[in-house]
Amino acid sequence: MVDDQGLTSLRDAASGLDQRTNALVEALLDGDQLALARLITLVENRSQMVPAILARVFPNTGRARLIGVTGAPGAGKSTLVDRLISGCRDEGGRVGVLAIDPSSPYTGGAILGDRVRMQKWASDPDVFIRSLATRGHLGGLSLATRDAARLLDACGYKTILIETVGTGQSEVDIMDLAHTIILVMAPGAGDEIQAQKAGILEIADVLVVNKADREGANQLVGQLEAMLDLAGELAWRPPVIKTVAGTGRGIEDLLAACQAHQEWLAQGERSGQRLIERAGRELAELVGRIAAERAVKAAREAGLWEDLIAGVANRRLDPYSAAEALLAALESGKSPRGPARSGG
Amino acid sequence: MRKIRVLVAKPGLDGHDRGAKVVARALRDAGMEVIYTGLHQTPQQVVRAAAQEDVDVVALSILSGAHMTLVPKITSGLREVGLVDVSVLVGGIIPDSDALRLYAAGVRKVFGPGSSLEAIVATTRESVQRPLA
Repeated sequence: MVDDQGLTSLRDAASGLDQRTNALVEALLDGDQLALARLITLVENRSQMVPAILARVFPNTGRARLIGVTGAPGAGKSTLVDRLISGCRDEGGRVGVLAIDPSSPYTGGAILGDRVRMQKWASDPDVFIRSLATRGHLGGLSLATRDAARLLDACGYKTILIETVGTGQSEVDIMDLAHTIILVMAPGAGDEIQAQKAGILEIADVLVVNKADREGANQLVGQLEAMLDLAGELAWRPPVIKTVAGTGRGIEDLLAACQAHQEWLAQGERSGQRLIERAGRELAELVGRIAAERAVKAAREAGLWEDLIAGVANRRLDPYSAAEALLAALESGKSPRGPARSGG
Repeated sequence: MRKIRVLVAKPGLDGHDRGAKVVARALRDAGMEVIYTGLHQTPQQVVRAAAQEDVDVVALSILSGAHMTLVPKITSGLREVGLVDVSVLVGGIIPDSDALRLYAAGVRKVFGPGSSLEAIVATTRESVQRPLA
């Protein structure tokens, strides 16, 4: 378990790995695909070993470039990713793909079908494709995606393509994970209106009009350029690229645009600043999650949890006081004398 | 309890995928994560997908009669890459005598035409080898 009393102790968490998991991590750092797959599963299932695994693996990350591919279902994301794999393989180096699909809110199950569009890569030992279900998480990715990407990075995958769920508008997770984000649209899907909604254009670094051989493609390109003109002074103006993923047309231009964005990011303080901001957001989110789990666990063990819930439900206690009581129990390591009474 | 991951694949030239899709949906409705790889899979593609997706079960749909050529390559392929704790289920047009030979090759269960979805889902769940908790 992780001892939260200093960076040295945190690194010691690595010794918290059992023999089997330690062997998996060693194999992963050596480039082994099977170990990579098994470790991704451990991360997905929130194994107790995850903090120790990440502590071991994290120093070996930071070498891969992460490209996010987002856009509404039917725009051709998976087919485009298939073509991007090809382009990246031509440049050399291993390519990893994380393809996220939604879990059913009713059954908890999922059909993960993005691989269907990437068939031929199953015979290429330098391409690793993993399908992940959202498991109830909103935001376009699954909770495990970030750490899965780190595992791929540490395993030696130079380029990691991340295909989001693609519902369109609430795709904020990818913003904090990818270096370059591609938004894929297709003509005739009402995307002209969709694209005007806040958030989409703010997310994307490269705009792709896929299925560009269809009617309406040039109009969509025009509308996007007009919208970008209205946006005024942009530090980075997303290029609008036409593609026909089915045939591969436009893929070279797309990769060149991604490369140009990568180079722009590398200028000056830009990427350093982004890393700081992202680290801050991840840490805040992670500590919130871990603290909440620990506080609830401690309260349950002290027999406090049911009392607090009943207090709130019966309006003897307001939720904020109940939450403070939980935190107090966690901080002091002992249970408080009882729930505070609120005014009414 | 963790999610059960199942690979549903149609190896070989068989183009009739309706059954596979029906089974995939039933497994999803039972709370499982189904990696659907679609048509025309080679044994090598099935094995590699099973490895990368770290599945518990590989469910093969073969209606073309080519099962005796394809399935043993998949069961031995899984063993060769170290996936010894993955169960293989086969559904399709399989004569009883072939089913016996498939069991000898390492298949866990063979389902013929008319098999109930409940039975398929139940068997899939039971054939998970790694602990669920």
